Amino acid sequence: MSKRIEVNDLNVYYSKFLAVEEVSLVIEPRTVTALIGPSGCGKSTFLRTLNRMHEVIPGAYVTGEVLIDGNNLYGPGVDPVLVRRQVGMVFQRPNPFPTMSIGDNVLAGVKLNNRRMAKSDADALIEKSLMGANLWKEVKDRLDKPGSSLSGGQQQRLCIARAIAVEPDVILMDEPCSALDPISTLAIEDLIEEMKADYTIVIVTHNMQQASRVSDRTGFFNIAGTGKPGRLIEYDDTTTIFSNPGVQATEDYVSGRFG
Amino acid sequence: MTTAVERPTLKAKERPGDRIFSTSTIVSGSLILAILAAVAVFLLVQSLPAFVADPEKFKGDATNFWQYVGPLAFGTLWSAFLALLMAVPIAIGIALFISHYAPRKLAQGLGYLIDLLAAVPSVVFGLWGIGVLAPLVQPFYTNLVEWFGWFPLFAGPVSGTGRTTLTVAIVLAVMVLPIITALSREIFLQTPVLYEEASLALGATRWEMITMAVLPFGRAGIISASMLGLGRALGETMAVAMVLSPSRDVIFQLLTSQNPTTIAANIALNFPEANGVGVNILLATGLILFVITLVVNMIARVIINRRKAFSGAN
Repeated sequence: MSKRIEVNDLNVYYSKFLAVEEVSLVIEPRTVTALIGPSGCGKSTFLRTLNRMHEVIPGAYVTGEVLIDGNNLYGPGVDPVLVRRQVGMVFQRPNPFPTMSIGDNVLAGVKLNNRRMAKSDADALIEKSLMGANLWKEVKDRLDKPGSSLSGGQQQRLCIARAIAVEPDVILMDEPCSALDPISTLAIEDLIEEMKADYTIVIVTHNMQQASRVSDRTGFFNIAGTGKPGRLIEYDDTTTIFSNPGVQATEDYVSGRFG
Repeated sequence: MTTAVERPTLKAKERPGDRIFSTSTIVSGSLILAILAAVAVFLLVQSLPAFVADPEKFKGDATNFWQYVGPLAFGTLWSAFLALLMAVPIAIGIALFISHYAPRKLAQGLGYLIDLLAAVPSVVFGLWGIGVLAPLVQPFYTNLVEWFGWFPLFAGPVSGTGRTTLTVAIVLAVMVLPIITALSREIFLQTPVLYEEASLALGATRWEMITMAVLPFGRAGIISASMLGLGRALGETMAVAMVLSPSRDVIFQLLTSQNPTTIAANIALNFPEANGVGVNILLATGLILFVITLVVNMIARVIINRRKAFSGAN
């Protein structure tokens, strides 16, 4: 299930504005990669290009290529809808569908692929996915309740369950803990550690302790100034980035010193 | 024994702005109730004589008030229901096109156009119904009766003028279309991006995104919009009065020259020559229309509240 991501010379544009410039990196399967950097440096934008979610914004496009196990996401004739079925995403704010029950939320993505599903298969998948998201014990008796009845941390784990139910190759997380309390954050971080066995995970975070706790490799993004494109400054093993970074800007950022 | 400690009364300082604002909201809130009550009382008092009126006072072959108002109430509900049946899917389609498919510039232009349609007076729609629509659809009705006459709703004999219940329903549908479209569009635009992105990230196509996120989220709003449209269709007078030559029977057939008229159109047509208890009878039918509208709105409320927990409002 887990796949290798290779990004070559990727530029991201919003209409004429160059938002992210010349990113090249390789993400190995079964690893957690953290993307850190100041606000507006393009890390979320870059993350979204990995499942073509940036195209939701009118006028956004990229040049360069993103290869997942050698297949270019931006090759001719590639359907973004199919890309997103292979590359799941978890957002900053928990967004389970409020109009669906907890169980239906888990199945939301699966039902897009095959509508008719035996009740027993559906139940088994709900249990498996919620187990995978460490949520099963808490919600097993109220699967028919609305997803919005859960706490923020539980909602976020429900979103993770929804993402893994479709068995993607890669899971992208855009600041998944920034709206959560420390206990819920810990629960998600533990979960990321477990999920690493099956998935390639890329996570954007503002929390550097979190990056150092959960990730194997870290990429540091920065911008030279307002209106300038974001760049990938340094990409290395997490321990190296946090203890002995090769670039001064990275060291300033991870140690909390700027400018 | 404990002595009662005098509790210090803590009161926020009253500012004139707060007072003016709260008073004005209370006044306007009460005003709407008062107006509604006044209308209800007026209708009730005025319609009392109708319930005990002499049989010969009723037009047609009705012998009491309920026999008189029954077919009218049926005609009102039937034509309004048919109008909604046509208008709601089209309105949702237009609203979705404007909110999620059309390029921004086109969407704005279309939005204005729809609002403009809402401003057309109903007399104009009535004239359009008689002068343009009825002759236009008549040949089509003839074919419909010929081929699908076995289906009870389309049974013959076909009307020679095209001025039938179906024509009225089409005119009403065009009239309620703008209000349903405009409201639905607003509601669809308010779908949180959060949920739209959630479905897209799961690999939903745009249509699947709409069925997963936009429509469920807008469900209560669509029902409310349809009820407003229904309210207009139920109370519509001129278009119906102009298009139909009325008869007072319960007739389901859509294409014959015998068509049930509506309460509002019946009042408009008969009021000028009504006198004495005849006026009371017409006002009593107005009371029934008032009650029908109230009941329909209550049903809509119940439908909206039934799945409140899943509405996304929490």
